[in-house]
Amino acid sequence: MRHKRCGWYFNSRILIFPVSILSLIFILGYCHFPEAQEETFDILLRSEETPAPPGPPAVHDTPYDSGESITIQWELSSDDGAGKNHVTGYDILRSETRDGEYQLISSVTKGVKEYVDTSTKDKVDYYYRVRARASEFFADSSPSEAVQSKQQWYNPERSNLLAIAVILSFFIILYISRAKRGKKLFIRRIAGLEAVDEAVGRATEMGKPILYVPGIQDLDDVQTVAGITILGSLAKTIAKYDTKLDVPVSRSMVLAAARETVKQSYLSAGRPDAYSDDIVHYVTDEQFGYVAFLDGTMVRNKPAACFYLGSFFAESLILAETGNSIGAIQVAGTAQPAQLPFFVAACDYTLIGEELFAASAYLSKEPRALGSLKGADAGKVIALMFIGLGVTLETLRVLTGSPAIAKASDFIIRLVSLRF
Amino acid sequence: MYGLQVWIGALLTLMIFSFLYKDNPFYKFAEHLFVGVSAAYWMVVGVWGTMVPNMLAKIHPPLVRNVLPALATAEPEFHYIIPCILGILLLTRLITPIAWLSRWALAFIIGYTAGVRFSRYLQSDFIGQIKSSLIPIISVGDGGFSIGMTFSHIVLTVGVVCGLIYFFFSKEHKGAFGAASRVGIYILMVTFGASFGYTVMARISLLIGRMSFLGEWLGVIAGWFS
Repeated sequence: MRHKRCGWYFNSRILIFPVSILSLIFILGYCHFPEAQEETFDILLRSEETPAPPGPPAVHDTPYDSGESITIQWELSSDDGAGKNHVTGYDILRSETRDGEYQLISSVTKGVKEYVDTSTKDKVDYYYRVRARASEFFADSSPSEAVQSKQQWYNPERSNLLAIAVILSFFIILYISRAKRGKKLFIRRIAGLEAVDEAVGRATEMGKPILYVPGIQDLDDVQTVAGITILGSLAKTIAKYDTKLDVPVSRSMVLAAARETVKQSYLSAGRPDAYSDDIVHYVTDEQFGYVAFLDGTMVRNKPAACFYLGSFFAESLILAETGNSIGAIQVAGTAQPAQLPFFVAACDYTLIGEELFAASAYLSKEPRALGSLKGADAGKVIALMFIGLGVTLETLRVLTGSPAIAKASDFIIRLVSLRF
Repeated sequence: MYGLQVWIGALLTLMIFSFLYKDNPFYKFAEHLFVGVSAAYWMVVGVWGTMVPNMLAKIHPPLVRNVLPALATAEPEFHYIIPCILGILLLTRLITPIAWLSRWALAFIIGYTAGVRFSRYLQSDFIGQIKSSLIPIISVGDGGFSIGMTFSHIVLTVGVVCGLIYFFFSKEHKGAFGAASRVGIYILMVTFGASFGYTVMARISLLIGRMSFLGEWLGVIAGWFS
């Protein structure tokens, strides 16, 4: 026993010396370097609060896009929704070299495990890390594999769109070629168009001008193009009657196109002498500046007829009400659904939606415009067929619960889905 | 300075509102000021927002080092010469002997727009609309047959079909086809009525915004006397 006790004493004496030295160092350190003590404490705390890192991110070029996009997916931190459950979100870090400096590109909230980086350059290697955050503590995943973004030329998910576009184009080309061969294509009479001749005749009788507003959008809006096409046809009639035409525009491109159109119309009507560049004139691009000018023009010049054919927004009711107040006969047409009610309420005739495009084809008798209109009608027949079939199958699915009908119905829905 | 801005804004607002009475010199002044200032403003926006950053800075970046230094160090993108040429072609309208060249630029713009919009409209106005219409006429929910939803689905389906028929131009609207077309236009009119009321409410809120601005102006005046 003594021997054993001696042995214990002997061992404890060996331990006392290093422990005392370490304690002395720690005490001295605390006295002279309190920050070091706090850091030590922080490190101890961080080890407890630091969240588990997310899984290594799986990265790939975002499929079927026009490039400059990489998709990053990761496994959630085990402290997100489980464990300590204190993860508040994730930072997505990116670098062009694996061991280089990673820059923060975006952050997402907890529970999200995918991010699409749309700020990449094509054909450049990128590496990603995902950082799990829990208040001021964080943990980074290991870096991803290198990935590059690139453009795809064909999107198989839109094959149905291509098929429908091909079918519609086929019908449009077919009808255009028929119209070009001189075959008469039937287009029903559009009620609003009957008012056009009436309006021109009235203006001629009264000796007052005709105001034509081709909308407030630029030439990249198909409604503006339709408005200018109708203007071409109208200008021909106006030139024949020698009535004054006034076309204020709000876009420089529209100015160029409208002048060209009106000039051609006057030429084809045999009245080049009556044409002047002043017929079509630029006002301003500013929506309400343009409207203020039109209102002033209307009350001062008192046109006998006002045409508003094109793309309109908030100014529709202001224009139509002012035109109404001066007693002008008014014909409007737009495909802006929110503005149609105002034109319907305040104008004599309104070309609703596609009637605007139909009117331009009807008046111009242009084979291309007529063919497009007939092709669009073919599209409506296709739409009606899809709707009829789809609604029938969906109703039968509800009534019978048959898996075969459900399968057929799902197929039809897939055919008209944006992701086939 | 702020007081001056409020004064100018308030007086111009009143001048524009004076049109509600009748055309008058104050309205004419505000109108001409508005047109002139806005035309100049949009020209400046066109130069500094489009021509400088999208043409000069792309074709020869050092040209913009004094005005847009951030873009001056970029690599030249010479394909921007194509729209630049098209823009110059548009200006040939001003030179009568070669004015016809401007048609090329116009044709390109219209053709490009038609092509780009075709795909977009096909998705949103054609396929998207068809898909939204593929619903069962008879609606059965968790609680069994639903009269309300069934009625709603019938109205939607009939509305879509009759609306499409109204916009069908290849056939005369007579007989059953004409009747369906009339139903289509009635449904459109009901929709327009609802839309009218909704938009008028939005416009009234704009008017309230302007009135509150005038109230602010009156507050500035009241501040002088207190």
